[in-house]
This record gives sequence, structure tokens and C-alpha cells, in this order.
Amino acid sequence: MAFKLTYKPFGERAILIEWPSKIDDAILIDIINFKQKIKKSNIKLLVELKSAYNSLLIIYDDFVNNFKAEKDIIEKIYSSVESLEKIETFLWRIPVCYDEQFGLDLNDISIEKKLSKEDIIKRHSQAIYTVYFIGFLPGFLYLGGLDKSLHIPRKETPRLHLEKGTVAIGGGQTGVYPNASPGGWNVIGNSPINFFDVSKEQPCFAKAGDRIQFYSIDLKEYQNIKILVDAKVYQIESEVIND
Amino acid sequence: MIKVLKPGFYSTIQDFGRFDFQDFGVPYSGVMDKKAAALANALLGNNEDEAVLEMTMTGAILQFNNQTQIVISGADMSAKLNDDHIKLDKIVNVKPNDVLSFGKLNMGFRSYLAVLGGFKAETVMRSKSMYQNITKQFMLLKNDELAILESLPISETQYASIRFDNSYMNCNAIEVFKGPEFDSLTKKQQDDLFLKSFTISKDNNRMAYQLEEVLENNLKPIITSAVLPGTVQLTPSGKLIILMRDCQTTGGYPRVLQLKESALNILAQKFTGKTISFKLNSKY
Repeated sequence: MAFKLTYKPFGERAILIEWPSKIDDAILIDIINFKQKIKKSNIKLLVELKSAYNSLLIIYDDFVNNFKAEKDIIEKIYSSVESLEKIETFLWRIPVCYDEQFGLDLNDISIEKKLSKEDIIKRHSQAIYTVYFIGFLPGFLYLGGLDKSLHIPRKETPRLHLEKGTVAIGGGQTGVYPNASPGGWNVIGNSPINFFDVSKEQPCFAKAGDRIQFYSIDLKEYQNIKILVDAKVYQIESEVIND
Repeated sequence: MIKVLKPGFYSTIQDFGRFDFQDFGVPYSGVMDKKAAALANALLGNNEDEAVLEMTMTGAILQFNNQTQIVISGADMSAKLNDDHIKLDKIVNVKPNDVLSFGKLNMGFRSYLAVLGGFKAETVMRSKSMYQNITKQFMLLKNDELAILESLPISETQYASIRFDNSYMNCNAIEVFKGPEFDSLTKKQQDDLFLKSFTISKDNNRMAYQLEEVLENNLKPIITSAVLPGTVQLTPSGKLIILMRDCQTTGGYPRVLQLKESALNILAQKFTGKTISFKLNSKY
């Protein structure tokens, strides 16, 4: 499916391509395919591609002196018909401990949403989330697919310190903080998994287009997995999705 | 090796930054004032993007363990080698046990120390730039030992004495292009951006500079999208935030302006209370 795209210069060496302003799986797939075509095309001076929900930024290693000419090149690549290699996408199963030791805001959410804690956990871990992109902080996955009954405004005062692995919901989104950071989302649990590993050339296990599902573990399982993760021998459960 | 006797207010090792990991959410980082850092390196015959020590507001006190050559560029922090004042942008020969220290800040905000051959710091994701949770260490600490070339290459080059124009540090005009959401602003908002002058607030660091003056704002947040160093965001409360080298990779505030790259160097030398005005470059 071809979308109507807009192209804008973004400073001296970047071009921003925008899809219609919404969060949508069809747009995600189109962005992933476009990225693949650009990578194959050997545009000269290309440095990197950075995608988000409905945008793709092309960053060049030199100044773009003729925006119009560069835009024409990119538009041609977008409309070119190519057989693209199928990128394997994965479903990653991520353990989360929703124990009250971690789930600092479960009580408040339970009261506000009139749902039992068990219900919140069930709804959070039943959904299959789509990874739209990685941004904000190293290894932070932007996930789509949070159950509507769990949409809840961000906290009025952000916490200054959230632990590494904090699982939280804010607005219509859910996510895992890959490292300790300040944060304004509502905290419901913690995952012992490393979402960002500096020692790897691919520092994140997941990529745009992959799926994530959370499953509930108790404190003892949390400690056990943590030991394996720290020893760098933990294997995240995953399966290839064929769709 | 260089021993850190005092780290200064905020000192980090920086090269030109960490590229090709934006899609994993990894910031670019890199020297705040590229012009100054590149000059210091060039004077020593280093590659311009070799790792240097960036010092903010107050300088470090450093003791050298071996002979080397250094250049200090950028902010004038009254540098002294032992008891002697040393000039900016000049090669200085250093002997074992010499102590480099800094005093009063006279001009600018960030000073760069380059050493012959560059700092030999930890390389993570092809860069030596310090950043929390990427490099083991994210700022200089007392008693740190910084690795440098132990034996000097035999240098036959005679460097010309260069008169370097430092006047950019006192320049208040910040050259910008329209940002992706510029056209969503009202005519009045657009005019205000270029007619008002803006004061740098106390919230200024390697990630972002927030400005004091508030702009009338009724723009909605955007769906989270790419930002770059030099992106000027407009927050719901009407505050302007200029993103700097350590900025996050994506953001949800409208991006109203984008700094010309050379303007980032100018801004990097400014601090709380200084005023700037935006000047539109309509090349694009």
C-alpha cells in the first residue's frame, strides 16, 4: 500500500519523511519496507535512518545542498517495485514480576480503574504488543497495543528515580525502562531482562515490527532469572512469527 | 598518563560522537563546541575528531605523568601550567609532574584540552564520548587516571602560529532553519520567535538548553518523532527547549526550529542568563 508522504528538510543534513499522522500497523510495515529499499539503494552519503511511529529521518554525512534533487531520488525509491527479502519477525516473551515490591502504583490504578490487581496484570500480560521503534533512551521500546481499559494519564509529578527494568503504563502506552531513569508513568512491575546491552553490535534484542508479550513471574522466579541474566546466560523465549 | 587531582564542575571525555546507533535510542553525544575541539586537535596534528577533555564552567586540576604536548581551546578559564599562565590555541610542552590548573572563567563556558595523539579512553559503540549507561564512566572523578600516548612520536612539523578568531563565543545571533512544525505556528508566534530575544535559563546542560521567555502556544503535541541536536522544541507551557549533543533520539513536542550546526558551537559557549536571538536562514 502506498501512502501519501511529505518530505521536509530537517537542518542541513537530514530529510524528514512523514506518513499520515496516526499510529497504525500498516504504516509501520510501510516504513520498515521503505527503510529496506533505501538501504539497498546505496544513496550516496547516507549515514543513518531513524524511524518512529509515522516518520523516517534520513541523515546524510554531508550537507544536503539540493533538497529538491535529493527528494526526487528518495521518492523514486519509495515508488520502486522491488522484491524485498522477508525480514524475520519475532515474538519475544518477557517475564515481569508484578509483586507489590515493584508494582508501586498497582493499588492506585486498581482503585481508579475499578479493576482488581489480578485483572490489571491479566490484561497487561494477555495483550501482544507491537514494537514500533526504539527511541527516547537507549533500548526503550515504543509499544502499541495496550488494552484500552488500562489507559491512564501520566502521574502529575514524575518520579525522579525509576529502577532499571521498571514496567509502567502512561497514556495509551506501556514500556520497560532499560536503565534507571526519571519517569512519569504508572509503575506496575519490573522485568529482570536486559533491554540494552552495550557489549553487542545489535544492543537490543527486539526491532521495529517484532512483537512482545509479558508473562507474570513471582519474586523467586525473578531472582532466579536475574542471576542468569547477570551471568549473561539467560535466553529470552522467542518464536518466529509467520504472518 | 594524566592524574585527575580535581575534576572541575563537569568534565567529560568526548570525541565527535556516537553515530549509527540512533535507531537503538542511543544519543550522539560528542563535543559541545566542535569548532574549538577540532582546532585544538588540528594544532597538535591529531585528527580533528580525536578524543579531548571537555571542561564546563570550572576547569580540572591535572597532573601529567609523562612528557607530551597539549593545546587548550574554547572557553578562557585562565589556564596555568605550574605557575605560568598559558595561552589558548597554542602548543604547550609538558614535562612529567607538571600540573595544569584553571582559574577564573573569562570568556565562553566550555574549554577543551587536547593531548598529542588524543585521550586513550574506553571505546563503546565506536566512540569514546562519555554517556551514562553507555560508557562505564560518565564524568571525570577525582583520582581518575587518563591514558595518553606514553612515548612521543618524533615531530618534525613546525606549526605556524595561528591567529584564531574566537569572536563567535560572544555572538548572540543563533542561525536557524524552519523546523518540521514551524508552519503550524501562527504568524504572531513565528514573528515572536525572531523579534524577541531569549534568556538561557539555569536548566542548561549537555542534553538541552531551556529558555526563560514563554511563547504563546496552542499547538498540540505531535506523535513521537525524530529529534536532533539543535532541534528547538515548544512545550505545552510555551517554553522553548534547544536540544544539545546528549539529547534523546525522539520527542513529542513540536519542533519549531532547527539550529544551523555552527550555531550549536556558539550556544555551547553560553550559560545561564546570557541572551540570544534567532536569525532565520531561509536556504531550505
